[in-house]
Formats: sequence, C-alpha cells, structure tokens
Amino acid sequence: MSAELPISSADSNAISDGAAFVTVFAGNQMFGLPIGEVRDVFKPAVITRVPQSDGVIAGVLNLRGRIVTAISMRARLLMDAAPDGSPVMAVGVEQDGELYGLLFDRIGDVLTLPAASLAPNPANLAAAWTGLSRGVFRLKEELMIVLNVPEVLRIMQGAQASTKA
Amino acid sequence: MRGKIMDDLLSEFLTETAESLEIVDSELVRFEREPGNRDILSRIFRLVHTIKGTCGFIGLPRLEKVAHHAETVLGKYRDGVIPVTQDGVTVILKSIDCIKGILASLAQTQTEPAGDDSALLEALDEAAKGEALVAAAPAPAPAPVEAPAAELSRPLKAGEVTLDELEAAFRSAPGPQEQKAEAAAPSHAHALAQPEAPETAKTETIAAQTLRVSVDVLEDLMNMVSELVLTRNQLMDIVRRSEDSEFKVPLQRLSSVTAELQEAVMKTRMQPIGNAWGKLPRVVRDLSTELGKKIELVMTGAETELDRQVLELIKDPLTHMVRNSADHGLERPADRRAAGKPETGTIRVSAHHEGGHIVIAIEDDGRGLDAAKIRAKIAERGLASDDELKRMSDAQIYRFIFHAGFSTAEKVTNVSGRGVGMDVVRTNIEQIGGAIELSSTQGQGTRFTIKIPLTLAILPALIVGTAGQRFALPQTAVAELVRVSAESGSKIEMIHGSPLLRLRDELLPLVMLNEVLGISGASRDLTQIFIVVVDLGSQRFGLAVDAVFDTEEIVVKPLAAMLRQLPLYSGTTILGDGSVIMILDAASIGQSAGRGETDNAAKATNDNNAASGHGEAGKESLLLVRAGDVKLMAIPLALVTRLEDVDAARIESSAGRPVVQYRGRLMPLLPIAAGQTLRTEGKQPVAVFTDGERSAGLAVDEIVDIVDERLVIEMRSGIPGIAGSAIINGVSTEIADVSHFLVQAYADWFERKAPPGAERNLLVVDDSAFFRNMIAPLLAAAGYRVTPASGPEQALRLKEQGVKFDAIISDIEMPGMDGISFAMAVRNDAQWGGTPLFALSSRNQPADVERGLMAGFNAYFAKADHRGLIACIDETLAPKGVAA
Repeated sequence: MSAELPISSADSNAISDGAAFVTVFAGNQMFGLPIGEVRDVFKPAVITRVPQSDGVIAGVLNLRGRIVTAISMRARLLMDAAPDGSPVMAVGVEQDGELYGLLFDRIGDVLTLPAASLAPNPANLAAAWTGLSRGVFRLKEELMIVLNVPEVLRIMQGAQASTKA
Repeated sequence: MRGKIMDDLLSEFLTETAESLEIVDSELVRFEREPGNRDILSRIFRLVHTIKGTCGFIGLPRLEKVAHHAETVLGKYRDGVIPVTQDGVTVILKSIDCIKGILASLAQTQTEPAGDDSALLEALDEAAKGEALVAAAPAPAPAPVEAPAAELSRPLKAGEVTLDELEAAFRSAPGPQEQKAEAAAPSHAHALAQPEAPETAKTETIAAQTLRVSVDVLEDLMNMVSELVLTRNQLMDIVRRSEDSEFKVPLQRLSSVTAELQEAVMKTRMQPIGNAWGKLPRVVRDLSTELGKKIELVMTGAETELDRQVLELIKDPLTHMVRNSADHGLERPADRRAAGKPETGTIRVSAHHEGGHIVIAIEDDGRGLDAAKIRAKIAERGLASDDELKRMSDAQIYRFIFHAGFSTAEKVTNVSGRGVGMDVVRTNIEQIGGAIELSSTQGQGTRFTIKIPLTLAILPALIVGTAGQRFALPQTAVAELVRVSAESGSKIEMIHGSPLLRLRDELLPLVMLNEVLGISGASRDLTQIFIVVVDLGSQRFGLAVDAVFDTEEIVVKPLAAMLRQLPLYSGTTILGDGSVIMILDAASIGQSAGRGETDNAAKATNDNNAASGHGEAGKESLLLVRAGDVKLMAIPLALVTRLEDVDAARIESSAGRPVVQYRGRLMPLLPIAAGQTLRTEGKQPVAVFTDGERSAGLAVDEIVDIVDERLVIEMRSGIPGIAGSAIINGVSTEIADVSHFLVQAYADWFERKAPPGAERNLLVVDDSAFFRNMIAPLLAAAGYRVTPASGPEQALRLKEQGVKFDAIISDIEMPGMDGISFAMAVRNDAQWGGTPLFALSSRNQPADVERGLMAGFNAYFAKADHRGLIACIDETLAPKGVAA
C-alpha cells in the first residue's frame, strides 16, 4: 500500500546531472516520473466513479483519510482501456494541495539516468503525447517517455460541462 | 520602506481599529437617540481618541487629522459645550466612513492614500463651532499629538514600553477639549472623565482572558478534527462487525472524547450573529435620514451563535433585507399617522436556535405586501395568466417577490427597487442549505423567516443509492421518504412522457437520480423505487432512488479542482466504511432534471412559469459553429438532422449554386456566413437539414461544440441569416436564422416538388420571434405556407382583413391576450370559427392541456414536440386536401 520508494527531496527539475525516475507502464509503453514529483505509490482500493465527470477521471478514492482524484492514464494518453479486472497501480502526485492518483498498469523500478542523455521528443511521437512529454530516454531495450506531470493534470476544465447533459 | 515590526504594528492597528469603528458606528446611532447618555459618549470619545493617538504614533497624518477633528466635536458634546444635533452626528459618521476608506486602502497598499479631506474637516469644524453654546475659540487642530514613545508589548527602536504604558500615554495625550478648556496649562492628571475608569478596568480584565487566534489555525484544527471523526467512524464500523472486541470500551471513550472535541472546536468557529448585525443600526439610521422615515431597529438574540463561515455568507443578504424593510415595508410618518399607527416604524431582527438550525426573523410593522400590486406586476410581466392569478392565494402571490427582476417599488430609489434583490437573497440562502419564507398582513407588516444550518463543515446526510452507487444527500433538503405503493396513496403518473408523483393532494415532478447522473442499471420497476421528497423552499420535487441507507454525520470535503465545474455535486465525503462518496447538490439536480420545471407542479407559482412564459427561456441545445467573418454562430440543434463532412471535391455547381450529391439526390449547400468560401480541398463540414426526402446543407468552417443554454436573445434586424445574438458560455454569439437559409433552398423545391394544391396556409401565433423562426421552417419544410403573427392582436387584425387560414397554431402564454382567450375568440367567430386550432406551449401540465382543450383547441402540444404537431396537422388537413 504505502510507498516503498525513497522519496527524494531533490528538486524535480534537477535533471541536471543524474536524475531518478519512477518507471510506470501503460500498455507496453514505459513512462518515467521524476521521483521528486511522486508522493506515493499505492494499489488503489475501491474507486468511486463520479458520474458526469470527464472520461479521464476514473473516480475518487480514500487514501489514508484523504480524498484522491484518480486519473486513468490510459484514457489521458488516448489509449484503449485495459480489459476489466486487469491489475491497476497508482502513483500519487500532489498539485495545489490536492492529491491525484495516476493509474497505470504496473509500476517498474526506480532508475537513475544521466540527464545528458535525455533526448527531445522524437518527431513521430503522437501529437497527443508530445504535450505530456518532457523528452525521452533511450534505454537499452526500450524508450522511456518522461511525463510532464502538471500537463498531465491539466485536464480541460469545463470540457464536459459544455457537452449535453 | 517600513520595517517588519512596523508592518506587524500596522496590521495589528488595522485589525483593532476596524473593530473599534464597528462599535463607534452603532454607538453613535444609539447616542443620537440618547444624547444625554454620557457613558456612550465617553466610549465613543475614547475609541476615536485611541485611533487618533495610534495614527500619530505610526505616522499616518491624514488619518490622524480626520480623527482629530472628529474628536474635537465629540469632545464638545461630551463636555456639554454644544448640543448634540443630527447634522453633527452625520458629519461624524461621515468622518468615520472616511477613516474606514483610508484604512481599507492602508490594508492593501501599506501606505496612506493621498486625498483631500478639507471639505470634511471644514464640516467638522463647522459642527464644532456652529452651534456652540459658549463662544469658544475654534480648536485650531494643531500639530499631531505628541507622539508617545510607546510600543505594543514588543520592542520597537529604542524606547521599549509596555502596552499598559502605551495605553496610559494615550489616555494622557492632550485632547483638544483640554487644550481649549485649560488653555495654557494642560494637566494630564484628570484626563479621563471619572465614570470611565471602572469600566476601562473591566474591559481590560476581559481582554486578558481572550486571545486572538488566526482563522487559519482554526481551519486547520477543524480539518484535523474532521479527520479524527472519520477515523473514529471507521473504527466503530470495524468493531461493530466483530463480536466481543476488547476495543469496545476504549473505543467508546475515544468516541465520546472525539465528539466533545468536535463540539469544542466547532465552538471556536462560532460567532454571535450580532457580528453580522453590527452594521445594521448605522444602515437603518442612514436610511431613515435618506428616506425621511422614522425607524426603530430592535435586535434580539444577537448572542445566538453560528459558524463564522455561515455568518459571512448571510451578512449581505441580512443587510439587504433590512434595507428592503425600511424602504418598501415601512410607510412615511404621515401615512403611518393616517393609518392610526405610531409615527416611528419598527424593524425587528431576531435570532434563535432550533435544532441544528438558526432561525432569523426580520419583521416590520409597515404596510405589508400589496397583493393586488404584485398581481398586477405578475400579469404585466406575463409571469402567469389571469386565470392562474385568480386561483392563486395571497401567500403564493407573495412568493413572486423572490423572483429574478421583480420589484414592486414604484420608483427606483437609491436603496432598493432595482429588481436585484430578493431573488439574490433567496439564492444566497439556498446555496448554504437554508430556506426563506415570508408572511405578510396588509396594513400590519411583513415577516421574513430564514432558516439556515449552524455549520457547513459537518452535516447530517441521507445516504441513497442508484444503479449500485451511493450518494449523500444533505438532510436539510429532505422533507420525507415515500415508498410508492397502492396502500400509501401515492402513485406515479406519466404525463407527456414525464413522470409525476401524486402525493396526497400534491403533484410533484419526479426526477430519476440515475438519469440526471447519466448512469444506467437503475431499477426500472416503479414499485421498487424509493422517492425522496426534496424541499428547498423554492423548489419541491421527488427524487427517485433505488435504495435508501441510513443517515450519517458526514464531514464535507471540498471537491477536487477537476470536479468543481460539475454542478451536480456540492462536495465529497468519506463514509464510516472508508469509501468515498459524492455529496449531491439538490438544487442543481432539480434544475438539471427539470429544465426549470422542478417546481411544485400543482402550486405552479414560481420561476418555471417565468421560464416557460417565453419560448426561448428554457434550455435549448445549440450547435456552435464558426464560419466566415463571424466568430461564433449557434444553430438550434432541434432543426439539424445530422452533421456531415462532405468531400470538397464532390461539391458541384448547379445553376450557379453549390450542390452536392447526398443520398442519391442533389442537396444545395448554403454558406452560413458572409465572406465565407466553401472548401476546395479536404472536407467541408455541413449541417444537414432534412425533411422527408428534401435536404439542404448549411456549410460552416468548423463545428465547435454542442451546448445546452438558456437563450436570451437580443433581437437584431437587418442582417439576413442572423436572428439575433445571445451570450453563450460568456461569449456573444450570433444565432442563425435557419428559416432564412431554408427558404433560400426550399424556394426551388416548392416550384419543383410541391404537388399542386397541396399548399395550405398556416397561421403561427407566438410572441417569441425566436420560436416563430424556429417553427416556421419546419412547417415550410412539411409543405405549408406559414404566416407568422407576433400575438393574438395581430392575428385578429388579419381576420378583420378577411385573411383565411387552413389551421392556426398558437402559443398559450403571451403578453396581453393569451392563447386561451385567443382560442375562445376564434371559436366564437363566424369567419374563423371552424379553423382547426393547435396549441403549442411549454406549459403542458394536465391542467394546462385541459384548459386548452376546453377553450377550443383541437390538440395541445409541447413546444419541443414539433413532429407530433406536424403529424397532427397533416392528418387534420389531409381529407380536405382532396376537396381543395
């Protein structure tokens, strides 16, 4: 349930020399979250759906007495929904004093990577993803996209208020 | 420029002075009435004197000057040198206002604003000498009081002095009255008037027992207690499930301590309601001067406490209501005398606790509400028909004053009558889960009663379920729970497709919770559902749910930023079992479900009637598009059959007009805006209008959105293709006049397609131009020729001109002659008597339908049901078509 990760006090922007990332997976794609922005890693308990909310919002849940808004990262990344009953893990992030849980399929290792090897977004990266990405690391086996957390949380305000009720 | 210490000192000064000024305000009003009361005067004098002293000390010359001059006048009053006059008090109140203004700006900018107070100072000097009994030399307001080298308990610069010493310094600072009285020899020994001394001592002891705590600290405490309550609830839940737990006893203790702690913390947030009343005496005093009325304000129960959050929220509504009572409620002295009442009118404001609520009453002994005048106003505004008005009781009539834009004040005064008022008051009170009621007796007065919850942080809620999900509904909104069954005498009826609950002798609109929330899987069996009767004062409806669980004290947590724009919820909460559930906002559920028709249908007294009075007041689904030079344009979605992306390469030209092959036929394409060119490559977005086999396409540059908006159209003539403009989502948007385009397209069609003789003339009577424009193309598309009329009067003129129609379609609610009277007039007419008449109205309660049919309409349709209308016209006119 609780975080087993060392919560680094290092500034999240300190990609300067060596930076640590929590790796997460949505589908087969690996993403990295700067460890300084990760508050928690947990297996979400019951998620209460919020009718009429944006499709990206999976619902709300209780994390040790605080209310967390759960964001389906698959929906946020415009990927197909995972089949029912698939395992879900959440990465807790905080913004403006509110807690958000980013839902991924699974959580990987914590990687420390040389900042110099962060490459800009490849030109063929899906347009929907470029806005959410800070760049990519070319790992031996795969590409890791570094997520831009504030952008991920910038979910169109009022988007669904204007559609038909 | 200022050091930190100075800033702290300044902020402390601001807080204290603000409090002092509140007191001065009301004390002065009291003093005016009891000019002989030296106690009050001494208090006022001391407060102003303290302000003056502190100003000089901190270095605020402008503030000090005003305070000093005011003090001079007060000093003379205190010493009995000049008599207290109303004008004098007015000038002092003005200077208090001036001081407040400077303080407000100080709080923002940390510096004293520049400004010229010389007029005020002169007036004060005038007051000081003008009616002086003793020809005293005017106190010449000299240099600032000698700045006492004192500081408020913490070190400042070199001279460190205690608060007491500072106080002493203030007291001994020479007031101007002393300079005058004891010209050259200022003696500090008896600076204070004798009777003040013991009282000052008393105040000081009280002050020592209280301390200032910042609101943030209290909020934090409250949050922590909320967490504690939640954890307690969770523990209780666990223990309840396990038999015989050794935790039971300690948990009981924890529970009771938690409850006490919760109460204690709540108490710290409680403030006497008198804090919200502090301004009232001054407000009433100013009003009585302004309006030339004699008003006495009686306040009782000022010590009744409520949560400071709630207190803040009701401050303005309360003030507004008292102003209203003074302006509308109370009569002028002469009128009162004539009515055999004392000249002085009384406004009573009282408060008391009742259960978990505080009840505030505002009462006046004035003329009472004039039901006849309100009736006239309702009729004038077209908010209800004459017939309905006749059936309404006075109490129902009175409720119209809570209506937006409703004011019966004959002339707009400075005080009220601007038509924004009681509706805002009602909205504010309902927003915090309160209710407002009123009773009035003509000639004797009016009484408003407000009932509001003591706190918003923790509230009892009913947990309800639909489609397997649970939601919390604040108990304040719940009137009763009903199980639908034959025995209980309540049953559900379907009228025009909308379900209604018949409860005793009341007919309530029924709102399906799952439908409002847009979730499926709720029980369809109407005998299995529970109905929560929601009563918000202004709206009453039945909320259908699948399950009702228990009630729980829930801790309200604000919605996450991402969910805040959802109107259906007012917050989130964690239940005892640890699950998170959403708190429903009863008012917006009623609104979103009822399209404004959430009111008690049987009573049919308020808002919705206004909404339905004009066709365009209800919510319309609109297609927002962008095209040509026009920024945003809206098309009523009801008219659009589908949206297509037409391949630009397929756009052809026929007789110089763009057309496209669509479903095996040629469909004309019309650009919707001026300066718009059709695409030559890629996809051209088109809104398609179809009726039968005919189609026309309106080409747009981009389809932006679909919105549900309440349309308020400001009509604009002259631009073809644009019906007018309206504000949609805060943006000025042009509304497309679809009829204009369809007539362009259908002109050829009629020539080529319309079978000869099939054309019939219809008369459409509706006061709403928007609606006429909407229905006309639909009827035209169905092969009818439409003559619009803006009202029965215009229609009857056509009759007098000898024009004949094959059928008449009329709205019901119209200003002037309404649809019912119109139908009767038509039926009784030799010339038009046999013409089929169809009613098309947004009011379609069974009683309305019955009334329409009684009046002579052949059929009655809801405004949205244009298909039904056209089918019915087709059917009615078809047999005659052969003969024609």
